[in-house]
Amino acid sequence: MTVNKAAPGRRGTASAPYLMTAPAVALFVVFILVPIGYAIWLSLHAMRVRGAGFGIRTEVFIGLENYLDAFRDSALVEALGNMLVYGLIMVPATMGLALLFALLLDAPRVGGKRYSRITIFLPYAVPGVIASLLWGFIYLPAVSPISAALEAVGLPAADFFGDTSIFFSIANIAVWGSVGFNMVVLYTTLRAIPKELYEAARLDGCTEWQIALQIKIPLLRPALVMTSVFTLIGMLQVFSEPATLRPMTNAITQDWVPLMRVYQQAFVENDVYLGAATSVLLAAATVLLSLGAIGVFRIRTNRSER
Amino acid sequence: MHSRRTFLASSAAMLFLSACGSGGADDAAPAASPIGGDENAAATLTFWAWAENIQRVVDLWNSKNPTQKVTLSGQAASDELIAKFLTAVKAGNAPDILQVEYQSLPTLITNNALQDLTPVIGDVKSAFPDGTWNLTSFGGATYGVPQDVGPMMLFYRADIFEDLGLKVPATWEEFGALAETVRKKDDKRYLTTFSPGDAGWLSGFAQQAGANWWTNEGGAWKVSIDDPATKKMLSFWGELVNSGTLLGDPMYTPQWNSQMNDGTIIAWPSAVWGAGVLAGVAPSSKGKWKMAPLPQWSADERFTGFWGGSSTAVAASSKQQAQAAKFAKWMNTDPEALKVLVEIGLYPSATAGQTSGGLGAAPDYMASQTDYYESAAAIAQTARGFSSWGPNTNVTYGALEDLMPTAVKEKADFAAVATKVQEMSLADLKKQGYEVSGG
Repeated sequence: MTVNKAAPGRRGTASAPYLMTAPAVALFVVFILVPIGYAIWLSLHAMRVRGAGFGIRTEVFIGLENYLDAFRDSALVEALGNMLVYGLIMVPATMGLALLFALLLDAPRVGGKRYSRITIFLPYAVPGVIASLLWGFIYLPAVSPISAALEAVGLPAADFFGDTSIFFSIANIAVWGSVGFNMVVLYTTLRAIPKELYEAARLDGCTEWQIALQIKIPLLRPALVMTSVFTLIGMLQVFSEPATLRPMTNAITQDWVPLMRVYQQAFVENDVYLGAATSVLLAAATVLLSLGAIGVFRIRTNRSER
Repeated sequence: MHSRRTFLASSAAMLFLSACGSGGADDAAPAASPIGGDENAAATLTFWAWAENIQRVVDLWNSKNPTQKVTLSGQAASDELIAKFLTAVKAGNAPDILQVEYQSLPTLITNNALQDLTPVIGDVKSAFPDGTWNLTSFGGATYGVPQDVGPMMLFYRADIFEDLGLKVPATWEEFGALAETVRKKDDKRYLTTFSPGDAGWLSGFAQQAGANWWTNEGGAWKVSIDDPATKKMLSFWGELVNSGTLLGDPMYTPQWNSQMNDGTIIAWPSAVWGAGVLAGVAPSSKGKWKMAPLPQWSADERFTGFWGGSSTAVAASSKQQAQAAKFAKWMNTDPEALKVLVEIGLYPSATAGQTSGGLGAAPDYMASQTDYYESAAAIAQTARGFSSWGPNTNVTYGALEDLMPTAVKEKADFAAVATKVQEMSLADLKKQGYEVSGG
């Protein structure tokens, strides 16, 4: 009896994990590993011409030539520079505002919480391209309500597409769209903190300000790490905002940020092979940076927990 | 050289572009891969196109050919369509029929994505002006049926010209002087804007100035984007834009729409299809715009260039090529189809389309200019294009559209952009393995 029961039980424990993870593994292989493999395969090939005249292009293996081209690509370096400047504005602004709003919403005696929460979250529901088009209208001097308002009170119209202001204009769209999401993550974590901690702090004579700094923020650390990594990845993936605004201004080139450079290579110059090589390099950089960021935050968190 | 010719002629996959004028009958015409099938057999065809309301032509076809159904799939325009089509070819689900801008044909041909239609479309050749037919023919092989052309012309606000006492410029010199006059008379207005991010527009100006960016000499490509004609044209615009006499902002933005509507911009060098665009972006100034020939580089010349225009091509991967070719021919030569093409705002390539009844009345928007299409037809006669599009026109356009806006932003030398684009275009040809001649 017991033997009979144990035998199928053992077989079950042996195969069950594989069976249960099979769907996830299959999806991972089909939608992650295979495309990555294909991109790497593409990056080692190129279309080259046989013969004179128009010639027919055929796919040939060229080794690491595309990678050398990508490394030597001054446009890519410039694009990385633009992305970093954009990131220096976007990441701190998004995280700072998300934290500020979350703390304000969590503070006692704040009115209109539900309304504010929805208002701040709503832009997240607007697709990036649509948001960029909307902001484009606001930035273009001839149709901008801001410029019109400034002119009405006798001030010079703001130039949203200047050499420096362009970075703020683009970052603003991303911040507007992503603060709400990050705020909700942080706010939810705040609501999960046991209220007894605050009561104890208040009995000890803490002000709300001190509670926020000494209790809430330290306990928010894991959520802050996660949202920071998301925001960093968002910076690396910046594409739709500048790409949508590009036709409206001379200040954004076709290869303004790295992903726009990849798009240009793959779909304007029809060289998916070089585009794939650049993508592989960028993906590698993204993984390294994300791991690095998580590592740094982990070390800090562990230390503070000890 | 002779042995190369023989080699080329023997290679079925090889295409050979005869250089302008010099290509004799002995030039190796590609041995066309046979186009299979019965053109009257039942078929279900897919058609990728972006022209607005082209569904109407498709509906007309479907009502007349119940056994050969064409399904239209509206697509993103031009460059994006090319990228999408090439991807679809790779993926094995390309459409049968495709709308292609003339300058994109070489990219598709060299990627082996288009069917050589030479054996089946010879019978409609006479329906088109020779110059237009050449836009889809490369080295004696024809890859598409010309659909519409875009000879360039100048649109201007007749009412504002009259108010300010302005004369329509006949030469570019007068155009430049006029731009300054406009600024002096009314500092809210500009004669026009120089849109730096539109390579097709710029190449139209270059064609008018007499440039010939690509020629193929004995199998080797000669690239001359930095020729004197192009540089002269770019320097001319550069002076006006850098001095603030003209705007340097892109076209087709919400701001441009508003400026075209409210009279901030009072002239627009465009193409024959411009009337349709104006009707969309500046509805409130209906009847106030007029059209004139593009200003000339010298008073005794009569030239213009092309901006836009497209053809109907058949995919190499299509399993119903004969039927697809039949549709392409019908759409661009049948009198009823041409009439619909005109009604949806296209200026057909076929001679009959430019003279037939449909074109008689001016477009509604240009009501004040009753002889609109007669003037357009006269201007179309003076249009000259490049003798050929290069095999890497997309890369060249990309470079131009990347560098020109920056030059405007930095008030740099516009002609220097041509030199840079020339270098980039040549380097790309060499990298891809093309033979390149001269500088």
